[in-house]
Amino acid sequence: MTAYSAPTRDMQFVINEVAGLAEVATLPVYADQDVGPELTEAVLEEAAKLASGVLAPLNHPGDVQGVRIGPEGVIPADGFAAAYQKFIEGGWNGIGCPAEYGGQGLPELLNTATEEMWNSANMSFALCPLLTSGAIEAISHVGSDEQKATYLPKMTSGEWTGTMNLTESQAGSDLSAVRTRAVPEGDHYRIFGQKIFITWGEHNMTANTIHLVLARTPNAPEGVKGISLFIVPKFLVNPDGSLGERNDVHAVSLEHKMGIHASPTCVMAFGDQDGAIGYLVGEENKGLAYMFIMMNEARFKVGLQGLAIGERAYQAAREYAKDRVQGRPIGVKSGDRVTIIHHPDVRRMLMTMKALNEAMRAFAYTVAKHLDLARHHPDAATRQHHQARVDLLIPIVKGWLSETGIEVASLGVQIHGGMGFIEETGTCQHLRDSRITTIYEGTTGIQAADLAGRKLNMDKGESMRALIADIEATIEALDQASDEDNLATIHAELSEGVQALSDATDWILSTDNPSSVMAVSVDYMMLAGYVCGGWLMARSALAAQSNLAASKEMEFNNSKLITARFYAEHVLPKTVGLLHSIQNGGDSILALAEEDF
Amino acid sequence: MKILVAIKRVVDYNVKVRAKADGSGVETANVKMSMNPFDEIAVEEAVRMQEAGKAKEIVAVSLGVGACQDTIRTALAMGADRGILVETDAELQPLAVAKLLKAVVEKEQPNLVILGKQAIDDDANQTGQMLAALLGWPQGTFASKVELGEGSLNVTREVDGGLETVALKLPAVVTTDLRLNEPRFVKLPNIMKAKKKPLDVLKPADLGVDVTPRLITLKVQEPPKRQAGIKVDTVAALVDKLHKEAHVI
Repeated sequence: MTAYSAPTRDMQFVINEVAGLAEVATLPVYADQDVGPELTEAVLEEAAKLASGVLAPLNHPGDVQGVRIGPEGVIPADGFAAAYQKFIEGGWNGIGCPAEYGGQGLPELLNTATEEMWNSANMSFALCPLLTSGAIEAISHVGSDEQKATYLPKMTSGEWTGTMNLTESQAGSDLSAVRTRAVPEGDHYRIFGQKIFITWGEHNMTANTIHLVLARTPNAPEGVKGISLFIVPKFLVNPDGSLGERNDVHAVSLEHKMGIHASPTCVMAFGDQDGAIGYLVGEENKGLAYMFIMMNEARFKVGLQGLAIGERAYQAAREYAKDRVQGRPIGVKSGDRVTIIHHPDVRRMLMTMKALNEAMRAFAYTVAKHLDLARHHPDAATRQHHQARVDLLIPIVKGWLSETGIEVASLGVQIHGGMGFIEETGTCQHLRDSRITTIYEGTTGIQAADLAGRKLNMDKGESMRALIADIEATIEALDQASDEDNLATIHAELSEGVQALSDATDWILSTDNPSSVMAVSVDYMMLAGYVCGGWLMARSALAAQSNLAASKEMEFNNSKLITARFYAEHVLPKTVGLLHSIQNGGDSILALAEEDF
Repeated sequence: MKILVAIKRVVDYNVKVRAKADGSGVETANVKMSMNPFDEIAVEEAVRMQEAGKAKEIVAVSLGVGACQDTIRTALAMGADRGILVETDAELQPLAVAKLLKAVVEKEQPNLVILGKQAIDDDANQTGQMLAALLGWPQGTFASKVELGEGSLNVTREVDGGLETVALKLPAVVTTDLRLNEPRFVKLPNIMKAKKKPLDVLKPADLGVDVTPRLITLKVQEPPKRQAGIKVDTVAALVDKLHKEAHVI
């Protein structure tokens, strides 16, 4: 089992030199926060201590022990409650929340780096605050003032956690099939129904849990237009803020899962006795639209989990490759055996893991920057511009990072050889944990459909064209600097990649048959991901090259430049293959009859 | 009561230290730096005294380059009330540090000075003792337990034979050992608050101290690389080699 050490150097490089903290720091909302490289370093170093010292050591034991359910409710794995206490005492739960409710109001760009750490250290643990922050987001956007005052301060501090109750056994990706009922009764509703797959749906780490629940009111229209959103607290909250009666909502069982064993995935029963008391959030029948507010962010955060697991898997593989002695260097017949990092194929795998992780980080943090600008820029048109970029990129962050995270975790197992397949080594857990990320918060297929269907068509490809133009500006910068050999290579490969993205976008926009588009939509989403990663690795390379020219941090910057070149040479060429697959269309994918399968 | 805590910015304990190519010292350019772990323990002890209502103010003092401000901010985030940086790019040896600290002590008039027993970079283990001598104050070094009384202090020290407890009259100097406490995790809101706490910057000249080094570093080099082992065929050959080459028997 290897320890986790937060990659704070790379995080700071990406925050300051690739995503661009300076642009965020000038926003009026951060005027008196003094958001700069010093604060970033202080925050990341302290978060890193908590992640590696408290959360990471519980990761493997939590996986082995898992969670239990008994008459007294759900009991988390040993040590989780104490770790959660340390986490909230440190004020980390409210890092991005507004100061109004007790948060620190720091930029999403910084928050994203700390969330990467929590998820690398212990993804099962990190899911709990992740869900709370989604619930906070929804209540702050559409809750009444009274609801905000009642719930937000304690959820911001982390004294109470939050959940999202969407899925039912017949309503997964298709939420229009939700059947949970909400019956009006005075100033509240009574909720009846069963929800499944509710992450951290119940536990004893906090005094209360605030469930956000999708349900139908009587006479609500069919389908997605008849779904409303309710707050259902585990314990009702008295007017003075103290906790009252236990509400009629209970975890009735836990799922036995492939991974994230220490995160309780609950079947929640609402209204087994008299009906759970719920409070309508916003207006009736607008629940799904409200849910999408927090869905965007939750999708972003699940993408981040792909990066987080990839980083943890890389650290384990790197240590093992430097330690495990096996075989001699190629062409050497006698003498000392060497550690496996000397073998070219192990190098290929390590470089792939490293390059994909760094590209994912540069990509995710850049989206975080756009989130900050979309929320807080004083100029409405600028906000709109960044929001359009966020909307375009979220399905790519979610889809590409989660798929890539699994690939990286799988390479981590491979580098360990036979030991990688043994649970005690710990690397299996990363692969098992990563496997959920392409499924929850909308599967890869859903993300791809969102990108190639909804997002591209919404503005006839305008946002995608704007993105391509930004990538071309970086290619132009590379062209100016292309007397440097590495940058020249990156220039050539990225040019080809962005051309593939452009051609694929044209094909999708000009193809009338939606089935054909949907059949290749995942290829398109992955292509876009590889190009975005390549773009931001290219920007990383430009920053590294200018640091090298100024003789700054030679080792780090040289490593960054070479890693970017590796990405260009060995990852970006995938785009050409994907383009080919896209342009071939969906004919052979859809040709066979159902009975042929 | 007022406590002065002295903290040093050193190469982070996780960093693999490298000698400079010219042998003039240790490479610190672009190397991660952090607070000397023994000094972290000193800050923690002071903060615990304050939380127990036994101390009113904690002043964190560091000496060295401008970047020591970051180290002071860490102490402020842990709970110190204000900071003082005596800023200089000059090499500071323990005697110069002790003299500078003495000048700061005379200015600030604390009742207690706590500092790490040594810094993990030079392992000198001298500053606390020199400071106590220069001030003419009692000293409790290598503290693993500190109990504050009325105008006095019991310090349990880790010595070769076991634990020794000494009673000191205040004002006094205490140097911390590893087992005194376990420093806390810094809270995020306190990082933010630390940015707003006062931090004064002085120069050695302001304190009238000459910091010229008294010792000259001749050479800094990395430990020799371990040589590969060899196999011997017989016990006799082994004994022979141990005797003639290794000179151990």
